[in-house]
This record gives sequence, C-alpha cells and structure tokens, in this order.
Amino acid sequence: MRELDKEIVVSTISRLCLEANTNLPLDVAKAINHAKDNEVSACGRDVLTQISRNIDIAREQHMPLCQDTGAAVFFVELGRDVHLNFDLEEAINEGVRDGYTQGYLRKSMVRDPLKRVNTNDNTPAIIYLKSVAGEKLKVTFAPKGGGTENMSTLKLLMPYAGEEAVKEFIIDTVKQAGPNPCPPVIVGVGIGGTFEKAAYLAKEALLRPFDIVHSDPYYANMEQELLERINALGIGPMGLGGRTTALRVLINVFPCHIASLPVAVNMQCHCARHLEHEI
Amino acid sequence: MMKRITTPLTTEVISTLNCGEQVLLSGIIYTARDSAHKRLTDSIKKGEEIPFNLQGQIIYYVGPTPARPGQVIGSAGPTTSTRMDEYAPLLMEHGLKGMIGKGKRNESVRKSIQAHQAVYFAAVGGAAALISQSIISAKVLAYPELGPEAIYQLEVKDFPVTVVNDVYGRDMYEEGIAKYKI
Repeated sequence: MRELDKEIVVSTISRLCLEANTNLPLDVAKAINHAKDNEVSACGRDVLTQISRNIDIAREQHMPLCQDTGAAVFFVELGRDVHLNFDLEEAINEGVRDGYTQGYLRKSMVRDPLKRVNTNDNTPAIIYLKSVAGEKLKVTFAPKGGGTENMSTLKLLMPYAGEEAVKEFIIDTVKQAGPNPCPPVIVGVGIGGTFEKAAYLAKEALLRPFDIVHSDPYYANMEQELLERINALGIGPMGLGGRTTALRVLINVFPCHIASLPVAVNMQCHCARHLEHEI
Repeated sequence: MMKRITTPLTTEVISTLNCGEQVLLSGIIYTARDSAHKRLTDSIKKGEEIPFNLQGQIIYYVGPTPARPGQVIGSAGPTTSTRMDEYAPLLMEHGLKGMIGKGKRNESVRKSIQAHQAVYFAAVGGAAALISQSIISAKVLAYPELGPEAIYQLEVKDFPVTVVNDVYGRDMYEEGIAKYKI
C-alpha cells in the first residue's frame, strides 16, 4: 500500500491546469499544420495560419490558447494499492482553485445553472473516477470550452436504424453546428451504453492520441469514412468555407441494451487541450 | 494588401465591405457578452443612459482571461455570437454599426444588419493569444462586478477579422459552404 500526500495531488492539479491551457498537445498542433498545408481555400489557410501562430505564441509566452479556459474536466485512475487519507475530490478542487487563480485563467463556472453567479475560482471540477490496478494515481485534465460543448448532441436511435443512421446523425451534428464550435473540430463519438454512458464515451474518445488507430478495423474504417464525409460538407476552418472541417473522428463503443442504440457526439474545437500526469 | 479600417464606422466605409473580405481593424471597440447585453438592452428599454454612446461603434463578443501584471489584457478571442442574437437588433436600432464574434447569426440579426447598414465580422475563435497582441489598451468601462463579462473599452491596432454578413445581405458561412461542398 502506498500512501499519497495531499499536497502533491493539489500541486500536480494546479500545474496541469496552467500547462494544459497554454500548451497544445503535439499531435493536435501537427494535424493543424498539416491541414494548413493542404487546405484549398485561401481564407481557410489564413485561419489555420492564425491558429498555428496562436499555438506558438501561447507556448512561448505562457498565455492561454483560448480565453475560454473551460470547465475543469478530470479523468482520474486511482490505483487500488494507493491509500489516501484525504478527500480526492476536495484535493482536485483545491488544485483547480490554485491553478486558475495563480495562472490567470478565466473562471467560467456558475454556482447554479439558473441563478448563474460565478464561483470565481472555476470550481467545482467535473471528475470521473476509475479504480485500476497498481499503486499510481493517473490524472488526465481536459478543460472544455462552452462554445463547442453547446454544439454536442445525443440521440437514442432504434436498434434497427443501424450503421447508416448512426453515421447520418454524427454528420448532421457537425453540419448543424456549422461555424459555431470553432472548426476544424475533433468529433468525439460514443455509441452504446445507456443515455449518460454514451455521452461519457464520446467525451473520453476525445482523449485518444491522433496517431492511434481504432483497435477494431470496423470502427477504424467508419472513423475514416466519417472524416471524409464531414470534410466534404465544405464548412471549413472557422466555417468560412474549405475542406478542413474536422481533424479527426474518434469513436468509443460499449455494449448496450437489446432495445437501445444510444449515440452521443461531443464536439471539440481545434483547441483540443488535454494533458495527463501520473503520480 | 489587406484593407485597413478605423472605428467609429461610417455608412460609407461599411458599404465598401464585402462578405469574405479580410480586414485589419484599428481604433476603439467595446466588449460585451451575454450578461452585459442583457443589462444594456434592459437599460435601453427603460429609457436609461447606457455606459457608452453606440453611434458608429463596434461591439466585440469576448470575455478575456485576466491580465497578468504588466499585460494589457489576457487572451481575448471571440465567443459564439449566436447567444447575442436576442439583443443585437435593438443595439443596431440605437446606432451600433459593427459586431465581432464567431458563428452564425439568426434571420432577425441579418435583416437588422441590412436595415441599419451595419456589418458582422468573424475573428478566429481559439486564436486568443494571437488576437491579444493587437489590443494596445484595455480598461473596464462598466459592470466590473461581472468579471470577465464586464464591458471593456479596447484600443486595437490591425485586429484581423473577416466580413461574414455585409449590408448587401450576403453571408460568408453560406457562400463558403456552397463553394467548397463536394
């Protein structure tokens, strides 16, 4: 059994908040540069050039990539041989409070969805906890902006609707969103599970590194086909027209009920921030 | 060579702006998001004075990150304009000439843009660190209690924006798709 110190968790979370908001993952930055070199629309190329320059400026000057530094979403894997003598959720919130204040990040959370008063420290965090083997604590931080989150969708399809209906729902989500979620987007898809599990799967799908192909060739092909069909929509960078509407389609699947076919689409802007750390 | 324009905007300048055109904007602009829009339009409806004169002005839909010591402003990219559609027509009725944001406008806003000879520009969403470099001064003008949603008066130099909705009723989001759809 390994005893973990609260201070280490708090300072790790705090550092993740600042780091993830100023330094875009390399695979995402590479995909943006690749798109910039291949985009056929002049306006689209200009948008991608600005996005690419923004990534460099943010990294060099430790400035937030986007003013929407997001809701603080955490995927936590807690090793079964780790002992904590403190409340993990409380420690994560303390880290968020510290990171968002010290890091001059924007506080975007309101205490109540209808009364709408800002909590002023970006807490509470949204935390998903999983118990795993081992004596490590792995934390993945993925701040999520409001603009793209607002364009996300969920539908409970009839099982007989089948593959094409699932694909059409995903493509239609991107089409209806148009310029709003800051394309080029990354399309996170959850298929299966229950109502809320599908949404979770879609969000978790967004964490997959770009160079990792889906382990099931059936879904790897579907991701590729969807990417091509989405990029044929013509929406383009920031919706101003072009062939780069999405950088990736990432699908997560899970078994589901005989009567159900849930599909969730979690839209992610090009500023696809996420960072993990193992303690 | 990109077109350079300066605020406040005149009807003459606006008539030269065409959908899809990239423009470098300089001068004074004002920030406002959802809460500030609600307050501004509530005040107008009650006949109260608002914090700045809207004549010929531009509102930028942004809620910046806090400035670090020594910085003019934090990161300051556009937020989704659709949420301000509810309020924009009334502001145009009272003299507002330009809006900067990202994302679609509804039919009512697009009609008001034509009726009041205004313009809607898009800035690049998520290019917030880059955009902050074209902001040369910033001060909170009203509603400081709203934090990132307060109204700031910004002075910008060569702020890169693209004309989305022009006075001729054209819409770059529609034309872009029509051109590049396969």
